[in-house]
Amino acid sequence: MNSQRTRQWMAWGIALVAILAVLAATGCAPSAPKAREAGVATSDIAVAAQKTYVPPGDLDEYYMFASGGHSGQVYVYGLPSMRHISTIPVYTPYPATGYGFDDDTKAMLGGLTWGDVHHPSLSETKGDYDGRWLFVNDMNGRVARVELRDFKTHQILGPIPNISGNHASAFVTPNTEYAMMASRFSIPIPKGTPLPVEKYATDYKGVVAAIKIDPGSGEMSLGWEILMPPFDYDLGDAGKLASDGWMFWTSYNTERATGSLEVTSTQRDRDYIAAIDWRAAEKAIAEGKGDLIGGVKVLDPKKVPGIVYFMPCGKSPHGVDVSPDGKYIIGSGKLQGVTTVFNFEKIQTAIRNKDFTGDEDGIPVLKYESIKDAEVAVGLGPLHTQFGPDGYAYTSLFVDSAVAKWKLGTWEVVDKVPMSYSIGHLTAAEGDTVSPDGKYLVGLNKLSHGRHLSVGPSQPESSQLVDISEEKMKLLYDAFTEPEPHYAQIIKADKIKAIEVYPKEENKHPLAVWDVKDAGVTRQGDKVTVKVVAVRSTITPTAITVKKGDTVTVAVTNIEQTTDELHGFGLLDYNINIVVDPGETKTVTFKADKAGVFPYYCTNFCSALHQEMQGYLIVNVQ
Amino acid sequence: MAHHDRPVPRLLATPLGPAARVFLIAAALLILPTYFFPLWNMTMFAPQYPDGLRLHIYSHTLEGGNGGQDVKEINVLNHYIGMHDLRQADFTELKWMPFALGVLALLFLRAAVHGELAQLLDVLVLFLYFSGFSLWSFGYKLYHYGHDLAPTAAVQVEPFMPPVFGAKQLANFEVYSYPGPASYAIGLVALLLLAAFWITWRQGRRALAAEAAA
Repeated sequence: MNSQRTRQWMAWGIALVAILAVLAATGCAPSAPKAREAGVATSDIAVAAQKTYVPPGDLDEYYMFASGGHSGQVYVYGLPSMRHISTIPVYTPYPATGYGFDDDTKAMLGGLTWGDVHHPSLSETKGDYDGRWLFVNDMNGRVARVELRDFKTHQILGPIPNISGNHASAFVTPNTEYAMMASRFSIPIPKGTPLPVEKYATDYKGVVAAIKIDPGSGEMSLGWEILMPPFDYDLGDAGKLASDGWMFWTSYNTERATGSLEVTSTQRDRDYIAAIDWRAAEKAIAEGKGDLIGGVKVLDPKKVPGIVYFMPCGKSPHGVDVSPDGKYIIGSGKLQGVTTVFNFEKIQTAIRNKDFTGDEDGIPVLKYESIKDAEVAVGLGPLHTQFGPDGYAYTSLFVDSAVAKWKLGTWEVVDKVPMSYSIGHLTAAEGDTVSPDGKYLVGLNKLSHGRHLSVGPSQPESSQLVDISEEKMKLLYDAFTEPEPHYAQIIKADKIKAIEVYPKEENKHPLAVWDVKDAGVTRQGDKVTVKVVAVRSTITPTAITVKKGDTVTVAVTNIEQTTDELHGFGLLDYNINIVVDPGETKTVTFKADKAGVFPYYCTNFCSALHQEMQGYLIVNVQ
Repeated sequence: MAHHDRPVPRLLATPLGPAARVFLIAAALLILPTYFFPLWNMTMFAPQYPDGLRLHIYSHTLEGGNGGQDVKEINVLNHYIGMHDLRQADFTELKWMPFALGVLALLFLRAAVHGELAQLLDVLVLFLYFSGFSLWSFGYKLYHYGHDLAPTAAVQVEPFMPPVFGAKQLANFEVYSYPGPASYAIGLVALLLLAAFWITWRQGRRALAAEAAA
């Protein structure tokens, strides 16, 4: 082989290797998305650690009340630590506090053992949180009141007549005059009227309900309702300051479609935000203009005009959020890349000028161009907006999996922070009131995979704490919240004045006993009442004898007046466990239908001799 | 004969040297990996999919990452914007490509054995046509998927062209599309054929020149 040929071979070889190298270098997808490769600087980690670290014994600055979705509960977190402090059982039995086992809470649950809580609503005075009550919806047409004096559920109202799928709830008005409800799943009303689904567009009805709240006690009662077209009412927010007296609801499926809604309900480019003049509705009801349907006064906007209007909004909107000054109403079409800002002044002008483009079952549809101030290009899949103290708005982006920060007035998007992953709602510190605090924002994410130790297929939701005190938003902390937070609210800790024992003098329970001498069994026919005293470390009486077939009511009074001294009363084989707080009396009633000897004991650890705190129920055969 | 007077037919009758024959045999062998490695890989990252969704396109099959689950996931996502499902049955290429590649490999071997530039030119032209057509067909399929969107889709997007080569941001997805090992093998085959052709062509030209000088 001559030298020329050798050179030729070598040249070929080099050319091949070079081509292969170029191909290999350019022709590969990265192993991680660009966004993640950016990484986090060590200094940022130090800052985040400092901002979220609450040393042992120190208290958090804020409470966060997170809805528990289909767990039916409300979860209490401390911010900025994101520590889960407590669970408030609302719609679901919770053996940990005996909720749903004692007679009162069992009656309150009304035989249902689940609820679907989406939107907590803290009571307000002049549009600001007052720390008195928390109202939460249940999809099963109910609304509940938690008192923040003792963090307990005190009332469950409903199922409310005519309401079906109470998703758009429980939004309070600025002075807690009402908690609002609306149907997500329109049905023929009154409830119990069967009609084929083919009649959906004409004979099924959406309903809006106003739940009246007693300003002193917080006691809820059914106020009035409004008949609405059969759309899916999704989320709401009450007007405030400039727009006080109005209520806004997003709706989708304005196509009035049935079947596979993911297609049939997404055909129109715009759906509606329902704007309701609730003061006018109140007045109309007072003037007797409502019809009695299902036992409640219902206004028909066709017969009583001037109360309900529709604002066209980007398709399939989720959130509708009123700015702190009440001037702007922000509607987020979840299938778009923009969020729409409506101007309350312009809405009023359009109503005055009858600037309508049509109507839906007699409800005027306002002209979009006349009431809109801006379409803000926040990003893909905007869902829900919260506010800061400095004129900034924060919108969650489900598809983009991020939070966008933008300025009210200039409509400029100034920052974005990624969320892991698929953020639903978001909540900023007092971010839906007339005076937002700023500081913190929590993204309530639907997916968390890979961000925590694996716990199998049932993955937790993630809630991410974001620092919004500076121009750039900064992710501070990942927390894994109980299923399944939809909306949450964050309130300054000092606004809530919780008691830690029930004062003895407030206990008016007819079966309460405060001295072991008064404890004991009384009988009336086959009804047996047992007055029980629980105090460290005895349950008195230590033995209870009844006859098989008796109806037994055990009334346990925890006579402690010391913080944190809870006592439980667990009765084996009878599916009974109640927990009684200091100063509280609870009753549990059951039929003694099994003969034998059944131990009862203190289930909530109380003292060094907690294990000794026990007794026997003896059920004799006649 | 007139044959001897015209240079091109005479050039085409140039016998293949050992190098060209080795290249042809190597080219035939390089067809083998196209049955075992993907032709093209597409990777899609989104915030919700930090590990990416992967689609591997073989000459004979479509394969999703994560044990095939990624194709299902891609189809679930795509239906929101009205894209057609990616279905194996819709890709007729997957039926004729392995066969065509096999035929080409046999033709390479035939040229190596028969050993004239004419056969080499035939397989070179055929192979380039095959590669070009396949690439166009791939691009056309992508165009079709990105443009033929159901008008009833929940999310309305502008028709788009998915990347054929390189990276592109499509909504919340970073999409990467790059050739896989099988395409590199095909690229190499093309280079080998070109090299064999070039070497033989030069040899033929030199031989003709020497003859003319003599």
